[in-house]
Amino acid sequence: MKTFTLKVLEKYSRDKTRLMDILIDIQSEFGFISRESIAQIAHELQMSEVDVEQTISFYHFFSMKPTGRYSIYLNNSAVANMMGRKEVAQALEKETGIKFGEVTADGLIGLYETSCIGMNDQEPAAIINNQIFTKLTPFRAKEIVRDIKEGKKVSQMFSASYGDGANRDDSVKSVVTNNIRKIGPILDPDYKVGGAIKKIITLSPEDVIHEIKNSNIRGRGGAGFPTGLKWEFCRNAPGARKYIFCNADEGEPGTFKDRVILTELPRLLFEGMVVAGYAVGAQEGILYIRYEYKYLQEYLEKILQAAREKNYLGKDIMGKKGFNFDIRIQFGAGAYVCGEESALIESAEGKRGEPRDRPPFPVEKGYLDMPTVVNNVETLCAVVKVILHGGEWYRSFGTAESTGTKLLSVSGDCRFPGVYEVAWGFSVNDILDMVGASEKNVQAVQVGGPSGSLIGPEEFSRILGYEDLATGGSLIIFDKTRDIISDVVLNFTEFFIEESCGSCSTCRILPSILKQKVEKILDARGVMQDIKDMEEWGKTLKASRCGLGQTAANPILTSIKNFRHLYEEKIQRSKDFDSGFDLSKAVQEACVATGRVPNI
Amino acid sequence: MSKPIVATTSLAGCFGCHMSILDIDERILDLIHLVEFDKSPIDDIKKFSRKCDIGLIEGGCCNSENVHVLKDFRENCKILVSVGECAIMGGLPAMRNGIPIRECLEEAYLNGPTVKENNKLKIIPNDPELPILLDKVYPCHEVVKIDYHLPGCPPRADLIWEALVALVTGNELKMPYEVIKYD
Repeated sequence: MKTFTLKVLEKYSRDKTRLMDILIDIQSEFGFISRESIAQIAHELQMSEVDVEQTISFYHFFSMKPTGRYSIYLNNSAVANMMGRKEVAQALEKETGIKFGEVTADGLIGLYETSCIGMNDQEPAAIINNQIFTKLTPFRAKEIVRDIKEGKKVSQMFSASYGDGANRDDSVKSVVTNNIRKIGPILDPDYKVGGAIKKIITLSPEDVIHEIKNSNIRGRGGAGFPTGLKWEFCRNAPGARKYIFCNADEGEPGTFKDRVILTELPRLLFEGMVVAGYAVGAQEGILYIRYEYKYLQEYLEKILQAAREKNYLGKDIMGKKGFNFDIRIQFGAGAYVCGEESALIESAEGKRGEPRDRPPFPVEKGYLDMPTVVNNVETLCAVVKVILHGGEWYRSFGTAESTGTKLLSVSGDCRFPGVYEVAWGFSVNDILDMVGASEKNVQAVQVGGPSGSLIGPEEFSRILGYEDLATGGSLIIFDKTRDIISDVVLNFTEFFIEESCGSCSTCRILPSILKQKVEKILDARGVMQDIKDMEEWGKTLKASRCGLGQTAANPILTSIKNFRHLYEEKIQRSKDFDSGFDLSKAVQEACVATGRVPNI
Repeated sequence: MSKPIVATTSLAGCFGCHMSILDIDERILDLIHLVEFDKSPIDDIKKFSRKCDIGLIEGGCCNSENVHVLKDFRENCKILVSVGECAIMGGLPAMRNGIPIRECLEEAYLNGPTVKENNKLKIIPNDPELPILLDKVYPCHEVVKIDYHLPGCPPRADLIWEALVALVTGNELKMPYEVIKYD
């Protein structure tokens, strides 16, 4: 263990800002990070042990206890539950003889739950030793556990053929499918790498930024900040070095379009990063990918290497003197909040992924305190097309305020879940038709993931776009058989509780309190005041530092707004007050511990 | 007009809040003119003898008896006030909330350094007469409806006095910044 750790430390030149990579390597090798390793890392990097430990404790996929030679992380998102996760979970528990959160006595298998892993169109899904298993059934669960006990390698445990497209690539070999249902200018498979780079080297960086501004493209991660403006701010900010980050930490449950781009069009993405680098004056790009997509690492590294060999990356790119740019891949380790740009930067610096106070914004003081652009995967792909065909052309798609196209990740109750590239400006009804969801069966649509809004049929005529329903692209469809409160709202609220970084007291505490209220209502103990309390208290979350905290009550607030009757039909009409306290439940634990009969 | 009737109790508290009530010093003479006491440790009346106007609750609920007493107060008092940190938030006793009850009991009766050698029969008290511990310590408002909260550990005597006078006279509560303390 000692020599391995030492080797890892050497590999990253004992650079403490690379702590994430160091920990990921150690975790992958041993299945956990031991006290001895922590002490060794702290000593070698000249930092305190608690500094190492606080980074470890922040991320879901780091553990200080052994997680089993085979660690099974079963996704617990709302859609996974809808597609039969519960039965799969039960089968796993039965076959392994352990509960979730435990490791078998022989240290062979560890069972864990995990938040959405970006496979919402092929649930229930799990990650086993960095490999993805999709469309699980209780039978498959049984097979998998049997294979593990027989000592098979994870790669030998796939039963079906590999997925479509580049999922079959020698360096991927995954059963994941892309499910691309509709292509547009971004997903156009006719793309030839290098065209945009050839074009920009004939232009000045200012002209490149001008063209991007001319396209009116806005950030595709969800917040919708104008991309050209962001680049200009960064270009004009003083700093010895500048950085381009690609945010591929798509953790919003229901979003998986970046996974598809990373699989099918990584060259387009990398070219976009080069364009951004040229425009901003950066020499280094960092692709920050969520840990759940680790199975793509070898493939992406291979493509980066090929790009270097063709001089799309490296020194004097395409013969342009002084135009140097290279990209490295940085993996996260399981934390939704790292999708927030300042948290992502903190994480890439090897720290806990806690959002920073702003200002200063990353374009002024970002990675290693240098001006940094953080762009979404889809944004960086789109800019390549803008450069190739012009801002005018790009504006011909979409609406006046929302130009271009948007990749939608569609999942839930519909015939054709998958990725759709559509121009902005379609209504929710149009989309439902397109994905094979019958309007009369649809009860609700979650637009923009848990942090977005849950809307009902009366709002299905609303338009997707920054001027109406802004979205990062996730659409989850719920038909009339789903219980909105218990299947959706509760699940999403639990997600926010799990993913809170704990920094702001609002986001650390309120979602738990709101969840208790929802459970109380589901328990038939709720009163009207509970609904009022949730509406009132939910507003307080706006005081949180980042988008996660600010939107953590959205599942509850938007469902109360649009589905109030579902709450009202569950509360007690005859009472004004009910604390929900149940004495017989509250004494159970003590009665068991002392062997007493409850005589209350 | 008859004087308003006050009842007080200490649940899972340390009696510090009651001490703070006594800290109103000579104003206690004014208090006697202002109110009557019913069930309270101050006059040692054990059971409600009539309906009361104001109930002051110190401490949260850590066992079944606390719950019964609190519910009794709710039934017999028009207005209930949570007095102090423990009634409002569970306070120090709530530090056990993250620990399973079995572990708490084993530490207290079997494994703790002062009991280890002395509890030879390894008994965890389980007499039916004893109140049963709750799974966690609850603040009062999670068990019954509470009308007002007076923060502090303990709340200052001045705050308790001012609050009581305001409640009894119907005047607005004077709460200067200095008297509200949360520790």
